[in-house]
Amino acid sequence: MSYSSLVSITDYSKEQMLHILKLAAGFEANPNQDILQGKVAATLFFEPSTRTRLSFETAINRLGGRVIGFSDASTSSSTKGETLKDTIKMVSNYADIIIMRHFLEGAARYATEVTDIPIINAGDGANQHPTQTMLDLYSIQKTQGRLDKLKIVMVGDLKYGRTVHSLLMALMHFSPTFYFIAPEELLMPNEYKLICRENNIPYYEDSVFGPEVIEQADIIYMTRIQKERFTDLVEYEKVKNLYILHNYMLNDSKNNLRILHPLPRVNEISQDVDDNPKAYYFEQARNGLYVRQAIISHALGLV
Amino acid sequence: MNTKYVKGELQVKALENGTVIDHIPANKLFKVVEILQLEQIPNEVTIGNNLASKRMGKKGIIKIADRFFEEKEINRIALIAPNAKINIIRDYQVTEKKIIELPDHFKGIVKCVNPKCITNNEAMESRYDVLSKTPLVLKCPYCQREIREEELQLL
Ligand SMILES: [Zn+2]
Repeated sequence: MSYSSLVSITDYSKEQMLHILKLAAGFEANPNQDILQGKVAATLFFEPSTRTRLSFETAINRLGGRVIGFSDASTSSSTKGETLKDTIKMVSNYADIIIMRHFLEGAARYATEVTDIPIINAGDGANQHPTQTMLDLYSIQKTQGRLDKLKIVMVGDLKYGRTVHSLLMALMHFSPTFYFIAPEELLMPNEYKLICRENNIPYYEDSVFGPEVIEQADIIYMTRIQKERFTDLVEYEKVKNLYILHNYMLNDSKNNLRILHPLPRVNEISQDVDDNPKAYYFEQARNGLYVRQAIISHALGLV
Repeated sequence: MNTKYVKGELQVKALENGTVIDHIPANKLFKVVEILQLEQIPNEVTIGNNLASKRMGKKGIIKIADRFFEEKEINRIALIAPNAKINIIRDYQVTEKKIIELPDHFKGIVKCVNPKCITNNEAMESRYDVLSKTPLVLKCPYCQREIREEELQLL
């Protein structure tokens, strides 16, 4: 595997994460640079995701690079039965770096084994989406002025939500205190709680999303609760409104509190929160641009 | 360790030189043949199955003439026959006994339980990290799924 690929957030050491965050701050100050001049980046979206693809392609364009690729597997050769290996090998002949999103889990890891050019994982099924995690970290650092010793509240679907799992792993390096707020059916999986215990990271679990926890929070990370996740729909109906954030709930929260969400949201953050200065989810998405500029230039060894 | 390899003790013809794999669970015998790819070798192979065993009830045994396996190779059967005994025979004598040990990483043999895993959708070899040997816990490095003994599916 080429060392500059990014497949999972755990591929980065703490030092590498901090380095990427520092680079991203440089790109935020000066987003238009020519460092990718003469480079070709391939964006291979075997599964469509307009939001993520536009963020990556903007990052490349603003750095003077060129983009090839496809945005939907139905227009790509994989529908003609070509293996992932063959597609990656073919594209490796043309591009300097591959940014890929795939519906199969582990696809990006496998891609790193069949090519020598860097692979950036833009999401592989329910598995990993490390550039999202880096933009979450960047947003936390930017709004709090630090990453160390923060009180992080994660709300909603903590069982299947890959973004909260990856963020938890990334924050292991920064002595957080976690609050896991989820319904019985969507609790944080044991393997992640075990990792917290092994790293002496305190965590609290509760099914109640109430004032006690909101008042302590530095970051509230909201996620969507999907109906499909419930085996018992009666249970879903019971809990679906208990994990919605309304503006009035923020009345006694800390001044530095910021609300994050990986987007798109459905109804888990009420519209009346949007105008609260503590709402940060739209800026959070914009930070993805700078972080992706940093990740791509770093992967190509240009910065 | 120059135990005399007594004829009849193993209920099959004595071997001059080679490897005897004993105490294979009877229902796993042909899986062992497959994993070690014995159908592809030209050597003389003697297979006995459903033989009486005090310890196991019924067992399987495989004798391969003039063939000595590398540890890495033989350890591939650890998942299905963890208590098998490997006897190395030279000149009708057991010259070495080996214990099978599951390696920390291995390729193939097991199917990842995640249907959306790349290994189940692409012509490629699966591989696993062994997180724990007892109880058995494997991890697919591709999709990150952990696989426990009770959900183990052989390829
Ligand atoms: Zn897998």
